[in-house]
Parts: sequence; C-alpha cells; structure tokens
Amino acid sequence: MPLIHASDGVNWKKKHLIANPYIRIGLAFTAVVYLALALSSVEVNWVRVQEGLGRGAAFVGSFLHPDFTSRWNEIFEGILESLTMTIVSTALGILLSIPVGIGAAGNIAPFPVYFLCRSIIAVSRTFPEVIIAIFFVAMFGFGALAGMLTLTFATIGFMAKLLAEDIEDIDPVQTEAIRSTGAGFFQMLTWSVQPQVMPRLIGLSVYRLDINFRESAVIGIVGAGGIGATLNTSIDRYEYDTTAAILIVIIVIVMCAEYVSGIIRKRLQ
Amino acid sequence: MPLIKKNGAVFWTPKDSKKQLMVWFGWFIGLMLIFLSWRSISANTIWVFAADAPEQLRLMIMRMFPPKFEYLNKLWKPLWDTLNIATLGTLLGIVIAVPVAFLAASNTTPSRKLVRPFAMLILVSSRSVNSLIWALLLVTIVGPGIFAGIIAIALRSVGFVGKLLYEAIEEIDRTQVEAVTATGAAPSQVFSYGIVPQIMPAFAGISLYRWDINIRESTILGYVGAGGIGLNLSASLSILAWSQVSVILISVLGTVIASEWISARIRKMLI
Repeated sequence: MPLIHASDGVNWKKKHLIANPYIRIGLAFTAVVYLALALSSVEVNWVRVQEGLGRGAAFVGSFLHPDFTSRWNEIFEGILESLTMTIVSTALGILLSIPVGIGAAGNIAPFPVYFLCRSIIAVSRTFPEVIIAIFFVAMFGFGALAGMLTLTFATIGFMAKLLAEDIEDIDPVQTEAIRSTGAGFFQMLTWSVQPQVMPRLIGLSVYRLDINFRESAVIGIVGAGGIGATLNTSIDRYEYDTTAAILIVIIVIVMCAEYVSGIIRKRLQ
Repeated sequence: MPLIKKNGAVFWTPKDSKKQLMVWFGWFIGLMLIFLSWRSISANTIWVFAADAPEQLRLMIMRMFPPKFEYLNKLWKPLWDTLNIATLGTLLGIVIAVPVAFLAASNTTPSRKLVRPFAMLILVSSRSVNSLIWALLLVTIVGPGIFAGIIAIALRSVGFVGKLLYEAIEEIDRTQVEAVTATGAAPSQVFSYGIVPQIMPAFAGISLYRWDINIRESTILGYVGAGGIGLNLSASLSILAWSQVSVILISVLGTVIASEWISARIRKMLI
C-alpha cells in the first residue's frame, strides 16, 4: 500500500489498478485520443432522431398492450420452428463437438489432430452466426434446415473449445491410475476423462441450449427459419404491438430456460 | 459404489439400478424430443434444393476466388466505424449496467422486494434480445447509421455486463466491508474503499470480454442498416459480387483476431 508523507503526517492512498505509471498514463492518453476521434466520426442526424422518438415511444408503449392475437399463427409457428431448430442443433452440435473437443485437448491428442481441431474451432468461433447463416442459406435454400446447420456449426466451436480446456485441466493422476491398469485409449476416456468433465459438459450444454434459442430468433432475418422472420416482418410493417408480443414470448422462454438450467446446474455441483 | 452379484461373480457398476433406470428414462425423453424436432424440420425442407449443397458450395468458392483485394481500400472507413460501434457501444452499455448491477445485487440493493426484481427484469430483457434485433428496431426509430448500431450494442451489453457484475458483487468478502464500516466511514467511502476494489478485477475482465464479443457482433449490424462493415457485406451480396465478399470476410477475420490479441494483452496487464 502506497504511503505518502505530507506536511501533516502520513497519508494512505488507494492502490492503482495498473501499477506501472507509464503504462497507466499512456493507456489513459490513448483512450482520450481515441475517444475524441471516434466521437467526432459519429454522425447523428438529430432531426431524424427527433422524428423517430415518437416511434420509439410508441414501441415502448406497445409493451403495455402487446398484440398476441392478430398474428398468433405466425408467432406460434415461428416459435415452434425456433424450438425445433434449437433442440436438434444443440444435440447434433454437442455430439460433433465431443470428438473435436477431445482432439483439441493438448494433453491427450497428437499434434496434427490438435492443429486440425483447433482450426475448426477458430473458424467456427470467429464469424458471427448471421454470416454463417447467409452461407448456409445460399447452400441449402431458405428455411429451418439452414438455420439448424448454422447453429450446429456455432455450437461445435463453442462446446469443443470449452471441452478441450476442461480436458486440459483434468487431474492427470486419475488418468495415470487408469492407464496403469492396462486400459487402452478409449477405456481411459470413459473411466478417467469422462467422469471428470461430465458435470461441466452438462452445464455447458444447457447453457448452449439457451444461447441457441436466442440466436435462432436472429438468423431468421437472413432467411434461416425460426421466429426471426416473423419479427423482422412485424418491425418492417411498424406493427409494434406484434413485435412486443414476440419479444415478450422470447423473453419469457429465455427466463424459463435460465431458471431450469440454474436448477440443473445447482444439482450437478 | 453398488456391486451386483451375477452367476456367483461380483460386478462393479458406477450407478445402482434405480438411478440407471432414471438415466435411461431421461435419455428416452430427450431422444424422442430430438427425433420429433428433426422430423418437423425435415418435413419443411425441400430436399431437392438441399441435395445440391456441395455443388453450391463449390460454385460459391469458385466465385469468391481470387479475392478482389483493391476493394480493401473502400473498407477502411467501414472497419473504423465497426470498431467505434463496438467500443462506444460497450462504454455506453457499461455506464448503464453498473448502477443496474448494484441495484440487482442482493447485498447492495436498496430494496430486495421492490428494486431488485425490477433491475433483474431489465437485465433479462436486455440479454434475451440479440443486438441485431435491437439494431433492427433502432434503425426504424433513430434512422440508419452507426448511431443506431452504438445504441443496439449498448442495449445488449447492459444485460451481459450487469448480470456478471452483480454476481461478482454478491460474492464479495463481507469482512472487508465491515472493516471499512468499523472505521466510521460514510456509505460513499464504504462503497469506494470496501466494495469497489474487490470487484474491480472482475469488472475489467467482464468489460473486455464483452468488448471482444461486441467487435464480432458489430460486424453484422450493417446488414440491417446500422452502420459498419455489415453494410458492405449486404451490398456486395445483393449484387452477387462474391470476390468482394471474400475480401470482407478476410477483413472481418483480421479484425476479430486483432481484437482478441489486444484484449488478451490488456487482460494480462490488468489482472
């Protein structure tokens, strides 16, 4: 703790977050210069914003009287499609992410396999789901199949990375114990690696289910099925009451999913 | 660990039979759900279109190569905009998220019955709605441009930063707060000397992590008109200029890798 000797005795000062003063001041200076440049390049058409504020207020107000009825069929079908996409893509994604994750764990995979699996993870994690969806739509045509494959692809990168990190962190003593009984590679995986990573894997799967549902609401904007298309149409038509209804349905489902996944994760620990 | 006697020999199983039955039942329900979902997707798919996907992929790759690298000169401004949307959006998001997080944490909230559920509702709503949907809405409200993008990123970040931050606040060490209170400190002093130093590392980590995600998300906001490189992506796709699309993808890849490198460096410095 830094102490400062002042004329009236010794004062105590709070510790800085960054200890090195040169880096601290340098970072602060860079931040200020960047902020000035960035803010000056933001063009805001205040007249347009003022015009839009009424529409914004109408949108916020529509949450008080959401319209579930007039487009109920579209909403119901969209949500159902989103849910089916979510379930299949999460299951398929986890299934495929397990071999990739095992291959990407440095402590049990040989280098060529490690490199290949890490590359798959990197590509899958770099591009946002929407960009991947655009390409899958171009390949497989409009609809839920393209969306399902997009989410599967994104799930592989997410799950495999975390699984690989988890496998790299396991207790090597247990692996050694199983190996010393004369177990082969797959027996080692089942009896030493699997029991150690399983609780976290299940927790992550539930979390990814949640993410996939939220993402499934978005990729419909580029034609990959799900509730996104309905949402997009309702916004384009300025039917804010329907928009609010869809958003409320999404929020409620996400809240339920989070509540259930919280219970599941607590039980596993 | 249960042991099972069979034909005079003793076998070891990891679970007893009742638990095993429950596990099998769970698997059964899960697999049924997956199967039904898959059937519904399959029924709505025109398989004739889907079947020539490999051919489509081959054509797409052929059209994308060679990338038209001259186009990169037109991308610097959109890339700068993308960076600004992510950074300014993250900053605005943090400014809103910090007070909400303190209202949501059960040990700092002024009222657990009234204020906390309201703060939680803000966080959940913000998190449930993707930034692209926020952007879609904001483009119709404030008009197209990077201003809509910044607000969209900010609105999505509030839930993320707020949630992780309030969890960090709830995990702080009570004794340090008590120690500061015992010296006769005012509430504001307790706050800045007892609570803030404990959550600062977590806060810095969370903010950086969100900034990283936001860089990725801001690359597509332009697709709905909210500024940044997504605007060029949607324009190039709509005129089928695939050799420009590949340049855009490469620059997105470069931006994301650069941002990950920067955030890893800053993280090392801070934590």
